[in-house]
Amino acid sequence: MIHWNSFSDFLAMGGYGIYVWGSFGVTALIMAIEPIMVVRNRKTTIARLKRQMRAENRAENRNTAE
Amino acid sequence: MKDRFNLYRFASPATFYPLAGALIPYFAAVSVVFGLAGLYLGMLVAPTDFQQGEGYRIIFIHVPASWMSMFIYLVMAFWAAIGLAFNTRLSGMMAQALAPTGALMAFLSLWTGALWGKPMWGAWWVWDARLTSELILLFLYIGYMALTAAIDDARRADKAGGLLLLVGVVNIPIIYFSVKWWNTLHQGSSVNLTKSSMAETMLWGMLLMAMCFWMYSIAVAFMRVRTIMLERERHTDWVKAELAKIGTGGEQ
Repeated sequence: MIHWNSFSDFLAMGGYGIYVWGSFGVTALIMAIEPIMVVRNRKTTIARLKRQMRAENRAENRNTAE
Repeated sequence: MKDRFNLYRFASPATFYPLAGALIPYFAAVSVVFGLAGLYLGMLVAPTDFQQGEGYRIIFIHVPASWMSMFIYLVMAFWAAIGLAFNTRLSGMMAQALAPTGALMAFLSLWTGALWGKPMWGAWWVWDARLTSELILLFLYIGYMALTAAIDDARRADKAGGLLLLVGVVNIPIIYFSVKWWNTLHQGSSVNLTKSSMAETMLWGMLLMAMCFWMYSIAVAFMRVRTIMLERERHTDWVKAELAKIGTGGEQ
């Protein structure tokens, strides 16, 4: 069922190793980094929005107290 | 009639936000399952190509990335048309959320294409119709992102970006049919509706990888659109309630 005779055969890709693994490697890297960056951006955005919301609430409370 | 399921309800950010949040883990999980199955078939089971040896295995990411780069653009253009015609809030956010993923798919298509072209044609790059039009697609994505980022007012950014998307959509059929219309170095399509030039395991490996890329794109775009929604709708009550929930353990 498995096409390859050995693991080194698999890595060599019939002499096309650099091209095949260069393609799969960069794709894997991008598909790992993109979600991480999206999650990080989400966290910083939420932190900023919460800060802004608290500041606005404080300003509002001050206005109503006066 | 009043309890009839109403699809238009999900066109509102306040209802789409929790729905997208609930769906993300499923799209991510399905993407991983399709990806593992596709890699197993494509990298371990599929036979050697009689012309291209083992080098052809780049197809298992080259074709899915290329398909997604074109499909995501079409979806963005669809949202742009809806946004310009009906002035809906969600459409601009959707286009905005899809653009970086589309650009990455276009980049991957060009990158894997270069790594495939070098051993097969002897050149990383040629100014052939297929390659050039795909490069223009990458520039369209980058242009859309730069244009919308340069305009402070989100609604005006959506309108300008939407116009760019609709003008640029003419490029998609050019990419798709370029190998038929012109005499190109790029090989013809490996799959069409009536017949396929590939072995069965190759074809299934490629289709599974395409499904993996598709589900991945939806999961990432949904994550991104949720952040855009919070940002853009920050003055609404539902976002304020949502922000109050986050950090107190109420958010998943």
